[in-house]
Amino acid sequence: MKSKNDILNIKNLHTSFRIKDHYYHAVEDISLTLKENEVLAIVGESGCGKSTLATSIVGLHPPGNTKVTGEILYKGKNLVEFKEDELNKIRGNDIGFIFQDPLAALNPLMKIGEQIAETLKYHTKLDENKRKERVLELLDQVGIVNPARVANQFPHQLSGGMRQRVVIAIAIACKPKIMVADEPTTALDVTIQAQILDLLNDLQEETDAGIVLITHDLGVVAEVADRVAVMYAGQIVELATVTELFRNPLHPYTRSLLNSIPQADSNNERLEVIQGMVPTLTKMPRKGCRFAPRVPWIDETKHEENPALHEISKDHFVRCTCWKDFHFEHQEGGLQHELHAN
Amino acid sequence: MSFMQIKDLNVHYPIRGGFFNTVVDHVYAVDGVSMEFEKGKTYGLVGESGSGKSTTGKAIIGLEKITSGQIIYEGQNVTNQRRKRNSAYNRDIQMIFQDSTSAMNPRKRIQEILAEPIRNFMKVSPQEEKRRIIELLEIVGMSEEALLKYPHEFSGGQKQRLGIARAVACNPKMIIADEPVSALDLSVQAQVLNFMKDIQNEFGLSYLFISHDLGVVRHMCDHISIMYKGRFVESGTREEIYANPQHVYTNRLLSAIPNIEPETRDERKIKRRAVEAAYKADSHKYFDEKGKVYPLKDLSQTHKVAMMGAERGGM
Ligand SMILES: Nc1ncnc2c1ncn2[C@@H]1O[C@H](COP(=O)(O)OP(=O)(O)OP(=O)(O)O)[C@@H](O)[C@H]1O
Ligand code: SF4
Ligand SMILES: [Mg+2]
Repeated sequence: MKSKNDILNIKNLHTSFRIKDHYYHAVEDISLTLKENEVLAIVGESGCGKSTLATSIVGLHPPGNTKVTGEILYKGKNLVEFKEDELNKIRGNDIGFIFQDPLAALNPLMKIGEQIAETLKYHTKLDENKRKERVLELLDQVGIVNPARVANQFPHQLSGGMRQRVVIAIAIACKPKIMVADEPTTALDVTIQAQILDLLNDLQEETDAGIVLITHDLGVVAEVADRVAVMYAGQIVELATVTELFRNPLHPYTRSLLNSIPQADSNNERLEVIQGMVPTLTKMPRKGCRFAPRVPWIDETKHEENPALHEISKDHFVRCTCWKDFHFEHQEGGLQHELHAN
Repeated sequence: MSFMQIKDLNVHYPIRGGFFNTVVDHVYAVDGVSMEFEKGKTYGLVGESGSGKSTTGKAIIGLEKITSGQIIYEGQNVTNQRRKRNSAYNRDIQMIFQDSTSAMNPRKRIQEILAEPIRNFMKVSPQEEKRRIIELLEIVGMSEEALLKYPHEFSGGQKQRLGIARAVACNPKMIIADEPVSALDLSVQAQVLNFMKDIQNEFGLSYLFISHDLGVVRHMCDHISIMYKGRFVESGTREEIYANPQHVYTNRLLSAIPNIEPETRDERKIKRRAVEAAYKADSHKYFDEKGKVYPLKDLSQTHKVAMMGAERGGM
């Protein structure tokens, strides 16, 4: 792989939400870099903080009840400290974003063409005619067969797959250096999902953008990611290249996720699962490791006081040490054990 | 031998319009579907959104009015019989949904919710009833504590188990499961799937498993039908469908499933593009001039496909 430049540097990011009188960390001490022309996947189960991480990067968290600390360095500047008007200049221009629900991202009362042109108007110096040209070009680029007709339609007149293409057209309109995509295909049928993922891949080849792809689907990760961060309860538990992560997953949580996927070539009647479940924000252990309750057989003394990511081999990071002692056989006690844990 | 047969099932909805609000057209939600069910087996029904999977399930259980066709249950014609309460058919065929608790009264405690089917279908004393309810909770791996709680107090996986508990209350022969794990996280999904297999083995249940997730379907099902625009394009054993798919639409679905093998993803992308090209180029072989799926033809005793000239020894 050719060496690539870092374009985004996240350091010790904490994002917390206020619930009643307390702030709770939904993202805790995350450090990550994004390189140009790479797809960095963030994967984990519902509530682990994936979307919170995404909204923190683009500065879209609900104000008032949210606290963000740490650094998100872009071109030497810390986005965490940016004011709303500074962020507005960057969002849609340097950083494009795509969310799960395309309908929510589009204005229902505005024609598709106008919505794309609006971004161009805000961020570029193109005149009206040039903008119109560019709109058609963009729609064509995202694989819409009849750009002129679609430009004149409203969002509700399009299928889910087409709407997501329009959202992508808006996201790439200003050739952003970074794209943040939060579950971009979760609401779509598999055939449409495959088309959208291929499209993102093709667009990346043209623009060299770095993509942060957030998903709960490990299949999607395996299809498009270059590197993968596995999140559990607001923290990263494992970080590796995509081939390494699937070939040699180490953290018990990663292994458990991989083992709970129904597989083609396995005749295993039972899917292996790790007991217990992700705690909700207010029930999260506030001290010590958030994963410890899921591996109760591990001796108290073995938990690190401040569990950190360790580089096990080049570019492969795993949190702490519990992976060394973990075996699924502990659970072979079977159904009752597993069910009562929930 | 099958205990239940669905013959040429049709569910059409009228589209009204015009000045007099007359029927101007129909939506062919289910358009001539036939199936047979054997004891202890799982039948998968897959297809993309809007293909008619859920309508098929609901029509079988009587939540949708059948336009034409027949449902034969243990030799009896039970088509559109759902309105007859207390019938054996109503008791023996149950359904669970993507969100099981949406079908439960939010103001009732679990105790009452589980008692409902028992009261409807079994004549038992209050003590018997209570004993059965506790037994049901045990079957789905929950403790008696659940009895006094309300549906919203449970997690997604627990809710699905409660849905299953209610469905199995009166020892059904078959459960129609409409996207039972689609809203769940991977690990919870795995627990519920494991659990569905366990109670199947224990009670000899059959499932009609409706899902858009071909990975889950492959894990669960003995026999699979692929649905498109209200019709089956292909139907066969798990092996026939996954190892020897014949219809281009089946192929297209299969090649779109993400695979957790990053090493081979470029090959998959090439395959996917080839299938997509074939889908466009050869569509006349698979769909008639109106874009309608052809009738199914037998390829083997179990494998059927809807394409031109597909008969054994055909053209
Ligand atoms: N505005 C908010 N106020 C309070 N808590 C919040 C807020 N937004 C998110 N949370 C909580 O923060 C945690 C992380 O949520 P987040 O939406 O980032 O998870 P996620 O990984 O994206 O999950 P999903 O896969 O369901 O989208 C959860 O416990 C969630 O309930
Ligand atoms: S060994 Fe480390 S990572 Fe594992 S549960 Fe204990 S503290 Fe957490
Ligand atoms: Mg999210």
